[in-house]
Amino acid sequence: MAKFDKSDDVKVILATDCGSTTTKAILIEHVNGEYRLMVRGEAPTTVEAPFEDVTMGVLNAVAEVEELSGRKLLDENGTIISPAKDKVGTDVYISTSSAGGGLQMMVAGVVRSMTAESAERAALGAGAIVMDVIASNDKRLPHQQIERIRHLRPDMILLSGGIDGGTTTHVVEIAELIAAADPRPRLGSSYKLPVIYAGNVGAREPVSEVLTNKVDLKMVDNLRPVLERENLGPAREEIHELFMEHVMAQAPGYKKLMSWADAPIMPTPGAVGLIIQTIAEKYGIEAVGVDIGGATTDVFSVFRPDEKTPVFNRTVSANLGMSYSISNVFAEATLPMVMRWVPFEMDERDLRNRIKNKMIRPTTIPQSMEELIFEQAVAKEALRLAFIQHKNFATVLKGVQQQRTIADAFAQSSSGATIVNMMTLDMLIGSGGVLSHAPRRQQAALMMIDAFLPEGVTRLAVDSIFMMPQLGVLTEVQPEAATEVFEKDCLIHLGSCIAPSGRAKKPGPIMKYTIELPSGTVTGTLQYLEMKKLELGVQENGLPQTARAILEPERGFDCGAGKGNRVETELHGGVIGIVLDGRGRPFDLSTLSEKERVSHLKKWMIELDIYPQEKMQDR
Amino acid sequence: MAHAYTPGLKVTERVLVKKRRILPLKGEVIVKVGDKVNPEDVVARTHLPGNVVPINVANKLGIPPEDMAEIMVKKVGDPIKEGEMIALKKSFIKFFNTPCEATVDGTMESVSSVTGQVLQRGHPIPVEVKAYVQGEITEVFENEGVEVSCYASFLQGIFGIGGETNGVIKVVTPDNKAILDDSLITDDLSGKIIIGGSLVTADAFNKAIKVGVKGVVVGGLDDKDLRDFLGYDIGVAITGSEDIGTTLVITEGFGQINMASKTFELMKRHEGETASINGATQIRAGVLRPEVVIPAVGEQQAVKDEAPSDMSGLVAGTPIRVIRHPYFGHLGTVTSLPSPLQKLESESMARVLEVEFDSGEKAIIPRANVEMIED
Repeated sequence: MAKFDKSDDVKVILATDCGSTTTKAILIEHVNGEYRLMVRGEAPTTVEAPFEDVTMGVLNAVAEVEELSGRKLLDENGTIISPAKDKVGTDVYISTSSAGGGLQMMVAGVVRSMTAESAERAALGAGAIVMDVIASNDKRLPHQQIERIRHLRPDMILLSGGIDGGTTTHVVEIAELIAAADPRPRLGSSYKLPVIYAGNVGAREPVSEVLTNKVDLKMVDNLRPVLERENLGPAREEIHELFMEHVMAQAPGYKKLMSWADAPIMPTPGAVGLIIQTIAEKYGIEAVGVDIGGATTDVFSVFRPDEKTPVFNRTVSANLGMSYSISNVFAEATLPMVMRWVPFEMDERDLRNRIKNKMIRPTTIPQSMEELIFEQAVAKEALRLAFIQHKNFATVLKGVQQQRTIADAFAQSSSGATIVNMMTLDMLIGSGGVLSHAPRRQQAALMMIDAFLPEGVTRLAVDSIFMMPQLGVLTEVQPEAATEVFEKDCLIHLGSCIAPSGRAKKPGPIMKYTIELPSGTVTGTLQYLEMKKLELGVQENGLPQTARAILEPERGFDCGAGKGNRVETELHGGVIGIVLDGRGRPFDLSTLSEKERVSHLKKWMIELDIYPQEKMQDR
Repeated sequence: MAHAYTPGLKVTERVLVKKRRILPLKGEVIVKVGDKVNPEDVVARTHLPGNVVPINVANKLGIPPEDMAEIMVKKVGDPIKEGEMIALKKSFIKFFNTPCEATVDGTMESVSSVTGQVLQRGHPIPVEVKAYVQGEITEVFENEGVEVSCYASFLQGIFGIGGETNGVIKVVTPDNKAILDDSLITDDLSGKIIIGGSLVTADAFNKAIKVGVKGVVVGGLDDKDLRDFLGYDIGVAITGSEDIGTTLVITEGFGQINMASKTFELMKRHEGETASINGATQIRAGVLRPEVVIPAVGEQQAVKDEAPSDMSGLVAGTPIRVIRHPYFGHLGTVTSLPSPLQKLESESMARVLEVEFDSGEKAIIPRANVEMIED
């Protein structure tokens, strides 16, 4: 297939995502002046025995797309037809992959909170699973570090350390440890383990002397050339290159798949990161995306700490998930934290057994309302914990000297403070079974609100069929199509959450609001610990309706313009509408008595229509 | 009466079991094809490279790293002994010479003139791989390990803890429904693999560890008890390396749940025979289940394989067991399989089936929440 030229007139796009269990294909067409998702097909992934050829699963998923769309995409030899003509073929074919365990990396740097953390950010941003971070000050003895490197067998290692012109000793020391470990790649033994060196340029020669004969060494620009700045691009590009060259090329069938595709095959999480960055850039917004799976939870964010340059971060919480890892969520969050979201009592012994049975039989689904409420309570905690990890990771650069004024001393800001700011966050996007398949969309909205506790005005959305990976890689070839389909077909717009930040000692009004809804202007007062819902829907083309709003928080409460200051803004609607959250921030259920907690939970659930009313009143 | 088991989990009276026994690194195989082996026999051995112990000689002797070559007494590859001099900083007066001594027995791994660091490699660590099951060597992978094969009764559990062990089977509960409590654990069970019914209590398991029981195979276990005797919560189901002295294999799930009759009967038939068991479990891609292998001995070896059971999907009449609340553990028979998606009480849309429980009660259950049962 001829490689795609961005200037080509693209009418039809076929994209696949080869997951570890399912291969998903989507077909996008340009009709009536806009790009829209036509159909979606899926088939089991065929990387493992007995098939051992990923393209079989791809062809099966594409065949389903053919059947559903009536467009002929495969010729008699089972090859994708290109370019498109009438109802035959596609102009572009692209793919992402996380099959075979994705991209597993180990990163190393000199100081854990500085160069090693920058290296970790580079690897995570490229879509890798970071198996371990080795640093001179990670409190392990050298022989323990060597054992660890040898034991883990990563797909590649990213080595950084030192600013340009700085010390060479420590980074060479780490290189010596890697050489002593003599690491072997995870897949195949016919090639040397790729190691990317992205540290002090002054140490290139000694590092090369130590490592050249033992590993396949690549040199790229220093990812932390000066303390004040990260330069992650070159390292990320090299990771993608090596992913294609080594990891993908070793996996069965990928050579063929790579020859079909019009753009490099990207690791799935790397592609999700790209679409979130593209959207944030296009609309000039700050966004957080979360994908909660059975085993892991990924969090992506774009914030603008200096109000200009967007900073992207991704974290993977490897052991927070809803089936394989559900027991770990329970262990990390603890029973009382999960149960605070449940408006009735359950026996601990029985609960623990239920959790473990879900872990050993991950495919079962909640049949009763009680089970659903409990499962969603666990999900809130999994999301909350994953977001805490993300906040701790998405920080301003550590180790940078800051000039302080007397005002800073009162603000208590420090080097390494998180850049995650819930007040400035514009959009929260959820995906993964428990959010996308919640029986009522309100449940997904409340799970996200309770777990992330957005402040001020925040738009909420879910990715209903998880096509963010395909759209991510599409941004590389046709960004216009990617963003259009993302807004209109990928996202299910839930609406907006308005949550004044602040706390009150006693019940009373915390905000007045005037909202010009299409059905008429609504004015009212939000009381402390109250939740309300207002209707504001979606337009015919899938985009949300909008409404002007004036928010007047009481003294001590902030809607984005400072405590007590009036905010005029535009609200976006969705299938739920506007959620007014008067529970204050920081929000802490533990300050309520047991009786108050249960009564408030029920009130909120009834007001937002989260669960059937009779189920709430029964208990 | 129906006998339950999880789809994909084997419970077989007779099957050819092949176990690959592979070294972590290349080494020496000490048996040959056709050799008969016992579980404790060593079949292959190797040496893992010794631990690396660094020592910063430049710092210690107060010299610049570039001068390392001049002061080193031992070269890369030289054998060293703890306390032996590896470097010497000479002074004008011999009395003031400063030595640097090796801190381990082994060899010199590397000397760096950039960092001044010397890596010493300790002596290789011997590793042995045992046969694990009684059987015959059927294949030798040169320098890597062997395949041991035997005809055996074979059972996979759903969850386990503890590693490989072996012992003589002893059934200690009267039936598959009884609870295995501490009154059933007696001193003479030392070295045995004991079989219980629907649940093992914390007291019973603790007593089993105390008297030296090698393994416990039981229907269910309370997660709270598991946490109590492990001392921590199992977050992710990756087990096998717990060091508690007794291997545990759960056949059905967490909580009190009757051991499948087929499993219990199989164990009963083989009481007094030697079994090899392993609690290692991994519930992820590349799933690994705990197992019990009871190799056939003598004439039993000549008997033919059991025909594979016919498990041709759910149909009306298929006996099933429910594996999630609110009917967890209930046994029944499928009465119909409506094809359109149906709304559950949780309001999820799912494919369901109608079941009649053994008590006569009828219910609608999502298909994802049942297991087929084998007669």
